[in-house]
Amino acid sequence: MTQLLLEQALNGLQFGLMLFLLAAGLTLVFGIMDCINLAHGSLYMVGAYFVAAAAQAADSFWIGLGAGVAAAAVLGLLLEVALFRRLYQRDHLSQVLATFALILIANEAVRLIWGPAPLMLNPPESLAGPVEIGNFFYPAYRLVIIAFGVAVAALLYLLVAKSRVGMWVRAGAANREMTEALGINVRALFTAVFVFGAALCALAGGLLGPLLAVQVGMGESVLILAFVVIIIGGIGSIRGALVGSLIVGTVDTLGRALLPTLLRAILPADAASTLGPALASILIYLLMAGILFFKPQGLFPSRA
Amino acid sequence: MAFYRPAAWQKPLSLALLCALLALPTGLEALGQEFYIGFATRVLIFALAATSLNLVLGFGGMVSLGHAAFFGTGAYVAAICEQAGIAEALLAFPLAMAAAGLLALAVGAISLRTRGVYFIMITLAFAQMAYYLFVSARAWGGDDGLSLSRRMTLAGFSLASDTALFFAALAALTATMLLFGRLADARFGRALQAIRENETRMEALGYPVFRYRLVAFALGGALAGLAGALLANQTGLASPGLLQWTQSGTLLVMVIIGGVGYLYGGVVGAVVLLMLEETLVGFTEHWHIVLGLLLLGVVLFAPRGVAALFGKRHG
Repeated sequence: MTQLLLEQALNGLQFGLMLFLLAAGLTLVFGIMDCINLAHGSLYMVGAYFVAAAAQAADSFWIGLGAGVAAAAVLGLLLEVALFRRLYQRDHLSQVLATFALILIANEAVRLIWGPAPLMLNPPESLAGPVEIGNFFYPAYRLVIIAFGVAVAALLYLLVAKSRVGMWVRAGAANREMTEALGINVRALFTAVFVFGAALCALAGGLLGPLLAVQVGMGESVLILAFVVIIIGGIGSIRGALVGSLIVGTVDTLGRALLPTLLRAILPADAASTLGPALASILIYLLMAGILFFKPQGLFPSRA
Repeated sequence: MAFYRPAAWQKPLSLALLCALLALPTGLEALGQEFYIGFATRVLIFALAATSLNLVLGFGGMVSLGHAAFFGTGAYVAAICEQAGIAEALLAFPLAMAAAGLLALAVGAISLRTRGVYFIMITLAFAQMAYYLFVSARAWGGDDGLSLSRRMTLAGFSLASDTALFFAALAALTATMLLFGRLADARFGRALQAIRENETRMEALGYPVFRYRLVAFALGGALAGLAGALLANQTGLASPGLLQWTQSGTLLVMVIIGGVGYLYGGVVGAVVLLMLEETLVGFTEHWHIVLGLLLLGVVLFAPRGVAALFGKRHG
């Protein structure tokens, strides 16, 4: 039992850290420019496709990852300059419509270029096997993902909390007009944030590619989770995004693994087998509704 | 935004449109194009669903990204009724509306505590909960959904033929539009729009802002439930796909294309989007790209929607 618990906790941590890569970019886009980007999940999908295609072409996972992330950053730059700049001043409704349109375009474009079948992405051979931790085996590749997640989170923390650019970003999220009045070029800052967010999306997509299938529609399900994360954490807050990601990742993974067993202990088997999966899949939404009920601004509100 | 006021020629145009629609099945049969009766029914049903969202979004100013939950609930209640042997639409449809309306009441009571982006996201979260509940409910078909063995009867008349169902959908939409038109011009509608414009002021004037919004939200949910029940009858299936968040997005797109806050915004949007879909599918299987580009065009160049060209607002 402890083994299962430990393994699932590690899975939850890994899932949470990947969610953080997505949520970090999203929460800043939301926080600084007050712009709803439903297409953030599409950047994740397109990024995963870029990585998979590049890895196949170069026959190396790591080269593919680097090239894919760079390509996604370029795509992010193009999107920001060509489209998103026009959306910042518009109401939320227009942003929802425009980015919903982007989802349609991205899904169909991917289907057009790579076909409807999922793309295979293999992890590097040296990491394909399991490693022994204490008294159980855990896939080495998943440990690498966790390491990547921790490294990026630490880097982001240093960048946002300690650097001058990070200070501008936080100031922009707290009060955009005031920041502009102080002479910071928020527009250029935002382009940088958006591009960085797109690169993080591709990194998450590429790293998760060998675990999940690289396929059309992979962005939508993860997008909703990323939204849940930033709502729980508080829009515009990197710290909130990290805490929210870890909460959502752990609760979701542990809930799916343990809830059916727990329910079987207190309910008749028939009811438990129906209720278990249902409850596990809505657990994080219940959590979010509960948190919003008591703290309508999320756990770490960035705006006073 | 300003208050809604119908253009002088809106009433005669509506009547003319209604007459044309009444004659549509006969006309299509005469032309040997019976296939399009089913398509027209689908358009009417989605016009109803989009109109119900327009009440919430356009008149109430509440950007809900969870409207499909009520739409899908209506469909499921209809299917459950049919399976339970209740094949009379006069009984099943009000049940579907009541279930969807009550769900909307509960969701609204919690969601309306939040504002702006948080409201969008919490409605989305509730819709996702409903989606996963239906997906995992094995008694109701789980992933596969719940099918109807046959269409219902309405006051004893069978809805089995496409023409009968067309008239049922037309009746539902007409009644909704009449109700909606009255509401928009009545005290309730005015207060609702005033709340959309300036919530603080209405609060200060002593209006129960929360209650007005909640009633509009629940009414929108109930009407979406009616649309769902009709759709379940047409397709013979209540599937969890109806509750997916992309369905909420599609309804939102219809209202925005049609014109947010215009009486006919939802109808125009449904007609435009479904006709576009029907036309584009004929040209290419990748019609989503074209649709996406067109939507981007609407956002950038015609932000107030198509119905804005047909209705006046006064400030």
